[in-house]
Amino acid sequence: MKFLLTLALFLLASTGLAHAAGPAMAATVKQPTNWHAIGMFAFFVSITFGITYWASKRTKTTNDFYVAGGGITGFQNGLAIAGDYMSAATLLGLSAMAYGRGFDAYIYMLAFFAGWPIILFLMAERLRNLGRFTFADITSYRLNQSSVRTMAAISSLVVVIFYLIAQMVGAGQLIKLLFGLDYNVAIFLVGILMVVYVAFGGMMATTWVQIIKACLLLFGGSLVCILAMSQFDFSFTKLLTQVEAVHKLGPKFMAPGALLPDPITAISLGLGLMFGTAGLPHILMRFFTVNDAKEARKSVLYANGFTGYFFNVIFLLGLCAVVIVGQNPEFFEGGKVGGTLIGGGNMVVMHLSKAVGGNMLLGFLAAVAFATILAVVAGLALAGAAAISHDIYARVIKKGTATEKEEVRVSQIATVALGLIAVILGIAFQKMNIAFMVGLAFGVAAAANFPVLILSMYWKGLTTRGALWGGYGGVISAVTFVVLSKSVWVDVIGNKEALFPYTQPAIFAMPIAFGLAYLMSVTDNSASAQAEKALWEDQYVRAQTGFGSSGTVKVKH
Amino acid sequence: MSSEMYERMRSNPKFQKLVQVRGRFQWTLSIIVLVMFYGYFLVVAFAPGVLVKKITEGSMWPIGYTVELFLFIFFWLTTLYYVIRSNSEFDEMRADLINDAQMMEGK
Repeated sequence: MKFLLTLALFLLASTGLAHAAGPAMAATVKQPTNWHAIGMFAFFVSITFGITYWASKRTKTTNDFYVAGGGITGFQNGLAIAGDYMSAATLLGLSAMAYGRGFDAYIYMLAFFAGWPIILFLMAERLRNLGRFTFADITSYRLNQSSVRTMAAISSLVVVIFYLIAQMVGAGQLIKLLFGLDYNVAIFLVGILMVVYVAFGGMMATTWVQIIKACLLLFGGSLVCILAMSQFDFSFTKLLTQVEAVHKLGPKFMAPGALLPDPITAISLGLGLMFGTAGLPHILMRFFTVNDAKEARKSVLYANGFTGYFFNVIFLLGLCAVVIVGQNPEFFEGGKVGGTLIGGGNMVVMHLSKAVGGNMLLGFLAAVAFATILAVVAGLALAGAAAISHDIYARVIKKGTATEKEEVRVSQIATVALGLIAVILGIAFQKMNIAFMVGLAFGVAAAANFPVLILSMYWKGLTTRGALWGGYGGVISAVTFVVLSKSVWVDVIGNKEALFPYTQPAIFAMPIAFGLAYLMSVTDNSASAQAEKALWEDQYVRAQTGFGSSGTVKVKH
Repeated sequence: MSSEMYERMRSNPKFQKLVQVRGRFQWTLSIIVLVMFYGYFLVVAFAPGVLVKKITEGSMWPIGYTVELFLFIFFWLTTLYYVIRSNSEFDEMRADLINDAQMMEGK
């Protein structure tokens, strides 16, 4: 507990530092220090510290640390999953995309959304019935523990770290703009808060921070939407008429555009977003925080409802901003309507909140955006820490002989290490175009995690050799395709032409992963492969009935 | 031994029935969602011009937006239907099955 206090003090000191640095930085940063936002954010942080303290008292065992003791209800977990899914990138990036490109943003949102029903129908039940802490529990259920777990942990970490860097860099830039804080101070603040939540409060604190933030985000987004729509008498017809009249795309505003230049990109994007969701470690982990398959199903129902609702709100926000923000010289640099937005393209929804609700609402939404980043990075850090401590340390290195205490200790150390890595890489990548990192995270999730996971749940014939070839083949091909595509080969490395013509890897990388897993399994005639297939029957009954799964029906002896 | 329990459940005809009925239900809903989603994406990819037309003459509602809004709602309704049926009918079958196996163990 002393350590927590020291950290809290350090944190307060660093916030004070940031305040002091505020006026000095005003010259280089466009936005002045936003006291409304800082006040509301400080309030949020103090509440989450209270929760973390409360959670730390209840976090003793690995079961507490990784899955909050398995006692989260379906409704709470639904909010938390929705919270994990509605990152700052969603709020700011998708509203900006709707503002700039119109209908493309809505297509993108459907692709993000449509993974949920599939996860529910084909995966939720089996995930909950077979898994305990990480999705590697399922892929390695009847396969070789050491090698399959190592593979799953590596691809989880690849996804977590790419996603984390993208969130950190986005966070730094955002906070610089919204709060008027220095980039490095912002990155440190996010890193420290994330480590405090996860290391002390484990999944309990991470989940509640996520729930509170999801409620704030849903409330804030809805409020701005209602205020903005009231200017159009809540009429979609009136809104769209004005949007098409003033936007540079005109009547093409509601047409699919440049985002999906060709059929292959369109289908590949659909595949990557849909099945990428089903392979994100921090989302999969949430299925183990509820008591049984029944609550797991309810979680998806609520999560799906909240995200679907919120995507529609965001799209309307983008449309309203076209008329309300896009016509107001106050929000453009030098007062030139149609020029550069103050603070850059991602500030659309922030300007809209100021236009319809003044500085108070702007401050509130800015604080919510900051809270969103914190909650999402905390979930990511926990998933990464679990891959290190549960999969690699406890199962591969210690072969299951580690005590509860040791395992929790290692996961706390892993959390601190991940926090450090996130801060260092967040600063290192500050000036780079990091958009590709989210693509990479989804690409690896869709091409490495998802194929092996779904095969391990549905296909008796999967063997260790097949899982390893499929998993590593998926990681390597997804990363290679992204590196050779325009977003890295041209935009980051600086070559003239991309070697791989598409920006979305899923349509190529997923078949490679599935194909390798299949070929290497059916040609595997080893004795161990036979033994693995023999274990299928019991796994199958457990997957179907939930009998013997953690936290549900107890075996009667 | 839980392995014996699994064996008992597997040989129970109720298990075969649960797996069959629920499996068909899960795959039917999945295929409906996948066909609608990728069907829509094929229209986006090959005939984007259709989506920008208005639903009726004089209306401001484009076909694309209207269809997609419907998909958002429809997909959510499929999850609602799935959860209602799974949490009642299938969970009862499942509990019944486990009960049977435990009764046999007691004998």
